[in-house]
Order: sequence, then structure tokens, then C-alpha cells
Amino acid sequence: MNAPAYNFAYLDEQTKRMIRRAILKAIAIPGYQVPFASREMPMPYGWGTGGVQVTAAILGPDDVLKVIDQGSDDTTNAISIRKFFGKTAGVATTTATADATVIQTRHRIPEAPLHAGQVLVYQVPIPEPLRFLEPRETETRRMHALGEYGLMHVKLYEDIARFGHIATSYAYPVKVNARYVMDPSPTPKFDNPKMDNCPALQLFGAGREKRIYAIPPHTDVVSLDFEDHPFTRYRFDAPCALCGAGDSYLDEIVTDDKGGRMFVCSDTDYCESRQQAGHRGSESAAPHKERAHG
Amino acid sequence: MTTVAELPAGFADKVLSAQSTFRSVMDAMARPGSIQRIASMAGTPDTMMRGTAAIALTLFDHDTPVWLDGRMSATANIAKWLKFHTSAPIVADSSIAGFALVGDPQSLPALDRFAFGSNEYPDRSTTLILQVESLTDGPTTELRGPGIDGTVTLRASIQPQDLFERLVINAALFPRGIDVVLVHDDAIVAIPRTTRLVRGG
Amino acid sequence: MYVAVKGGERAIENAHRLLAHERRGDRDVPELSLAQIAEQLSLGVDRVMTEGSLFDRELAALAIKQARGDLIEAIFLVRAFRATLPRFGATEPVDTGTMQVRRRISSTFKDIPGGQILGPTFDYTHRLLDPQLADGFSPDEPATGEAPAMATPRVTDILGRDGLIEPSPAADADAPVADLTREPLNFPADRDLRLQNLARADEGFLLALGYSSQRGYGRNHPFAGEIRFGEVEVEFIAEDAGFAIPLGSIALTECQMVNQFKGSATEAPCFTRGYGLAFGQSERKTMSMALVDRSLRARELGEEVVAPGQDEEFVMSHSDNVQATGFVEHLKLPHYVDFQSELGLLRKLRQEFADANEAPQMQEAAE
Repeated sequence: MNAPAYNFAYLDEQTKRMIRRAILKAIAIPGYQVPFASREMPMPYGWGTGGVQVTAAILGPDDVLKVIDQGSDDTTNAISIRKFFGKTAGVATTTATADATVIQTRHRIPEAPLHAGQVLVYQVPIPEPLRFLEPRETETRRMHALGEYGLMHVKLYEDIARFGHIATSYAYPVKVNARYVMDPSPTPKFDNPKMDNCPALQLFGAGREKRIYAIPPHTDVVSLDFEDHPFTRYRFDAPCALCGAGDSYLDEIVTDDKGGRMFVCSDTDYCESRQQAGHRGSESAAPHKERAHG
Repeated sequence: MTTVAELPAGFADKVLSAQSTFRSVMDAMARPGSIQRIASMAGTPDTMMRGTAAIALTLFDHDTPVWLDGRMSATANIAKWLKFHTSAPIVADSSIAGFALVGDPQSLPALDRFAFGSNEYPDRSTTLILQVESLTDGPTTELRGPGIDGTVTLRASIQPQDLFERLVINAALFPRGIDVVLVHDDAIVAIPRTTRLVRGG
Repeated sequence: MYVAVKGGERAIENAHRLLAHERRGDRDVPELSLAQIAEQLSLGVDRVMTEGSLFDRELAALAIKQARGDLIEAIFLVRAFRATLPRFGATEPVDTGTMQVRRRISSTFKDIPGGQILGPTFDYTHRLLDPQLADGFSPDEPATGEAPAMATPRVTDILGRDGLIEPSPAADADAPVADLTREPLNFPADRDLRLQNLARADEGFLLALGYSSQRGYGRNHPFAGEIRFGEVEVEFIAEDAGFAIPLGSIALTECQMVNQFKGSATEAPCFTRGYGLAFGQSERKTMSMALVDRSLRARELGEEVVAPGQDEEFVMSHSDNVQATGFVEHLKLPHYVDFQSELGLLRKLRQEFADANEAPQMQEAAE
């Protein structure tokens, strides 16, 4: 039987070269989706294969990798991807945002400001921001070529007419470097401002849809809006019940079936760091006790 | 004539050298105007600089048509070395090249001889790799654009002297355009198509 | 007091352990061998090889065992392994005209040179559950006879001799073979890419699309010109050797549909083709593939694209079951961050709605 033997960071060198060339073009054309010959990965499409391929193509033995899903280092998919790279590349891993050189994320941007030299790799399910308005690739490609984004503005405007607000709360479209309309991946719109003029390099990988795109550091990223309906960040008014933070994105935890709920930081590293620094919320407990399940 | 056995070596450790070289090129592209060093070294055929050789070994393969200028194709050694180590097809038509290696930038052809990509696929463009005299001494050029916090000053001795004036076409062409990597010895500086000249050049 | 849930790593390990246990089932029941799967569940193996794009019966059998009989999961396992294999090059095109035929039927002619060969088929079996099979059953040895000396030319070649069917495009040895696993797919896609996509496509998806074309959603009047199943030689020209080296033979099923004719003022009318090819004995797959291949040629043959089966972007973007199952099933992953964002917006909109409806009532009450 053909026994499998795998390369450093899993991907073969030819695949890495192909992805690396796509990444360079993506950086040179901010917000443009570069087609690439995405490979079948040993994890399902839709579970981060694009992000994993981008990470595998850039990762070196000196890197320190952090993987988050929903802001947390401890969700099962984040653990699974972190273990994959621990096993195939032997890289050091961390949960501390500041210590990481490469951060792979699904659905969040860390709360702690990113710094120069860091790379944030997003897992992207549907890279095309116009896809839900126009299902045809041939059409959306033409719209991007012409910079013709009227359809998107019509959609946002119809929201306002119907609901009084732009009814997009995540995967909120942005314009990059005043040219391409781009899908920021399904991050909550709370995170959109963090993409603008960010000192870190942001790379986006969509495996199933076979696209890679990028935002270089210090690039203008503007959330689409209207003068009379400016973009607003959404956040609950409550502070985090564990660390008392008033500036972080919160998860809603349902505590009973009688309407009881509390709000805690979605970024677990941010929350734990604050608690270690002595910050307390209304429900604080020792944060490091394990409660196993499964 | 050089036999294959006499050709300069490729990377000693293909996997990790390609990775570290790629990160230098990626950082260069993400921070236009900044100088990045290439740590991994390979043999260099003829007039090819160390940085150029490392980039070729990292990014070229049979999917990347490569165009060589007069200096790079003066002897058969460079083409032979590239073919042996990367399998990249060497093409005479610069307008279909994925990469162009320029050893004598003084005689750099007009930029429109290279591929700019299309508005639908602006990524199908030539990346120009230009060997220059110095990336630390010479006249200063102030640049701005994505990847640059405000402006950045590049001090370099670059041929052709009007390179940055020529690259002004990138502004009108965008998203089409040409991306440039300047190489001197083990130092590289990238000028992607989004970078704009503020002063000097 | 609230304690954040941790321990995901242990949960994953335990879940995988439990999965292995369930896969094995009752340990008093003898374990399945790969040979048993390859020999006795051979059509499942054929499907996994076809949609997994890798001809290796033993690996396909292993994948089926590991996947607990879930064929899409098995296809996924094979694909992920295939993606790591080095490429040595492309073989010479196989010649199905020289196939060592085990089964071969045509619905367009009563008799054909080389004869109709029924072969191993479910066709004409009465679908009655066979209790004999329940406790081990040794079937009779197959009947044997003298092989006819006559060759078995393809039915479409017979039609082609009289120009009654469009010629099969001649293979250009120098033209590169497109490969959607190595190059990103762009639309419009040429037929080589479409056929590759259809060969890897989910059998059920193609079955439904082919069926829809028969029912009038882009009808193209098919006849099963020929379905043949058997072994063909695979040859490879190594650059150093300079001549074709036989690599062995593989089992293939080929279906050639004969479809409604085309013609114009300048061109004599002739039948058109739809093509299907798969590893092993995969008749449903190749017939469906041939129907959909013909449907997807609408643009090329100047037919109006009116039905899903004629829409190459729709078909090619949704045919791959590894992609489809990944994205459908990714909805299992946590989405609570996005959900929270939606929840917040929805609460705000409902509050505003309530406020707006309350205001006029209060005004009425005050009047």
C-alpha cells in the first residue's frame, strides 16, 4: 500500500510555490481576489481549508502560531487546526495575541492591537461580497473589473428603507484602498474598524472557493455606508461579566431557561489577560479551572 | 559549455530556504520601499545576484514563464541553471512572462512590453526582478501607498534613472499594472503597483 | 459564579476514541478485511475510486472501511491523500475501442459487430430480496464460451463512418491536458475541464440533473449509443525512454449518448454526442454524466440555456460532493459570534418597531 509521507507544513513544495505567488499578487492588488488552485486538505471544505493553506505556505520553524475560532483559542476547530500545525510543522503555538507571529482566525479579529510583523490569516467561506446579490462568477468578476458596485449600494439602501438600518451585522462589506469592495469574512462588523490602517499584514484564504486576497499593512479599509446612515459599530452596553472590559465584543451566555443571561468577552486571551492583571467583572471566577466535557 | 554537474548549486535545504526567502519577499511586498534581507543562499550563475537566485528558486516552476534580458541571456548558463533547478520555461516574448529577470536595467524595455494583466484578472501580470547598483546609497525617493505608514524614503542607486517616472503608469492602469522587486546582492526592495512617488526618483 | 468551558482538546480525543469504537462495532463479529470490501462491495469501491479520482482498489477499500461505509466520507479520504501525491506526468490517452469488453450494450441497433454482451448486470434481475445470501451462499461458476474473433468497434465510430454523428474531437498530443485540481477554474470552461469536473462529480447530483434533462428541463433527445465496461491498457511515455511503457490495465465504464442532431444551411445535419467515463463498473454514473455533458454543450451548439443542467457555472460549482458536504456541514461549527451580531441587530429592530407602534397609540389615548 502507498504509505503517506508528508512535507513540512503538510503541503508539497509545488503547491506552496503556487500559493506563495498568489499571496504576492494579492498583496500587490489589495482587496482583489486572486484565483488559486486550492488543494484538497485533510479537513473538510468550509472548515478553514483556505486559511490552513495560506498559513501552511507562509509558516516557518521560527514562527509562533495562534489559532482562534469565534475569538477563542479553545473552541474545537481552533484546537484541531493548531494541533495540525503543531504536528506537521512543529511550530511553537501560543494563545497570547502579542506573542504570535502568525494568527489564523475564524470570525474574529483579536481585541489587542496587532503590531507590525504579525500576519493575520482569515478563514473565508464565501470571498465574493457580491455573491448573495449576483450568484454568477462571470458577472461579479465583471463588476469588480469595472469597479461597478451600484448593486451593493442598492442592497444596503433597501435595508435602510425596510428596517431603518443597514441590516448587515457580520461580513459587512468594506472598500479597500478606495478600489475593491471586499468581504471581511464573517467577522462581526464590530471588528471592521480594526482592519483600517492596521500595522499587521492581513491575508484571506477561501479554500472551497479557491481565492486568496490581502490587505497590506497601513491600508485604507472603509466600511460601506451612506452620509445620512454612517457605519456604526455594534456592541452591547454591558461590560464583560468576567473581566469588566467595556470595549470588547461580547458573547451572550444563556445561564438558565428563565431568561437568565450574561455577557463575556469573545476574545478569551484578552479576557484572561485582563483578569490576570486584576480586572474583575460581576461574575468573576478563577479563570483557569478546567471543566471537561465530552 | 557548462555541464549540469558544473552548474552552481540550488538551496541546500529546499523547503526551509524557500520558506524564509518567501517571507522576505512577502515582507518586502507588504512594506514597499523597506529593505529586506534574504538569508538563504544558493549558488549564483554568471551575473545573477544572490537575492535574484534565491527568489527564482523560491517562486519559479514549470507554471511560470520567465523572460531574461540581454545580460541574463548573454551566456547559456543562467537559462540552463534556471531550467535545471526550477523547470521554468524561458520565453522570448516578454508579454507572456510571469517573471522577468533584468540584469542590465539600463536597457530595460518599455514597461508595456510586459504583461499588465486584465481588469478581470489583474494578477496575470509580469513581476519584474531588477538587479540594481545599490539599495543603500544614491538619490532618495519618497514613496507612499498601501503597506507604507505615511511615507517612506528609499535611498538607492537604480537604473534606469527614470524608473519611478515610468512606473507612474501603474496609477492609471490600476488594478492592472506591474510589480517590481529591486535586488542588490542579498537585499531586496519591492515596489508593487500601488506604490506612488511622492518626491525624488 | 461562571466558569468558562475548557477542555476541548480532551473532548476531541475522546470523541475520536469513541468513533473508532463505533467503527469496529460489536467485537464478537469478525472484522471486515480490505479484500472483502474490494471483492464484495466492489461497486462502492468503484464509486470511491471514480469520485476520489484515484485508481487504487485497496486504498478505496481502506477508505470505505475507515468511513464506516459512508461513501462521500471515503471519497474525501481518497481525495485528501491524492492531493499529496507527486505528479510524474500524463499517460497516453486510453483507447476504449480496444477495450477487453466484459459488458457492452447498444440501444440504437439490434445487433452490432462484436455483439451485444450483457455481462454482469442488475438489469433484468427481479428485485426480490434473496434470503439465500443472508447466511453464506456459493453461487454457480459463471458460464464460459469461446470469445468471438470479431473486434468490438464503438457504435459511435460506426455512425461516424457515414458522417451521421459529429466527429469525436481528435486528441492533440501536444495540447496540455487541463486539470482543475492544479489550476483554478475560470468560466467559461472548455469541455476537457467540464468532463473532468463531471467525472469527479457526485453521482446523485448528476443523476438528478440528467433526469431533469430527460423530463424536459433542457431536453436533448438522448439514445444510449453504447455502454461498455471492461479493461483498457494504460501507457506512459517517459521522456528518457522515448517510447510508451505499459503501466497495466484498469477497468473503465464508458457511455456514449447519441443526441439530437444539429445542422445549418452550410452543415449537413448529424447527431451530437454526450460522453461519460468512470473507473470500474459505474453505469448509472457514466449515463448521467453523458446526459449532463451533452446538456452543458448548449453554448457550443448554439442552444438556448434555459435549464439548470445546461448552466455550466451552476453545474460545475455544485457538483463536487467533497466541497458540498464540507460547506453544508460547516454549519455545525460554532457561529455564535455572527449570531450574536444578528441577535443584537434583531433586538434593536424589534425595539424600534415596538416604539414606533406604541407612539401613535399613546397619542390616540391622549386625545
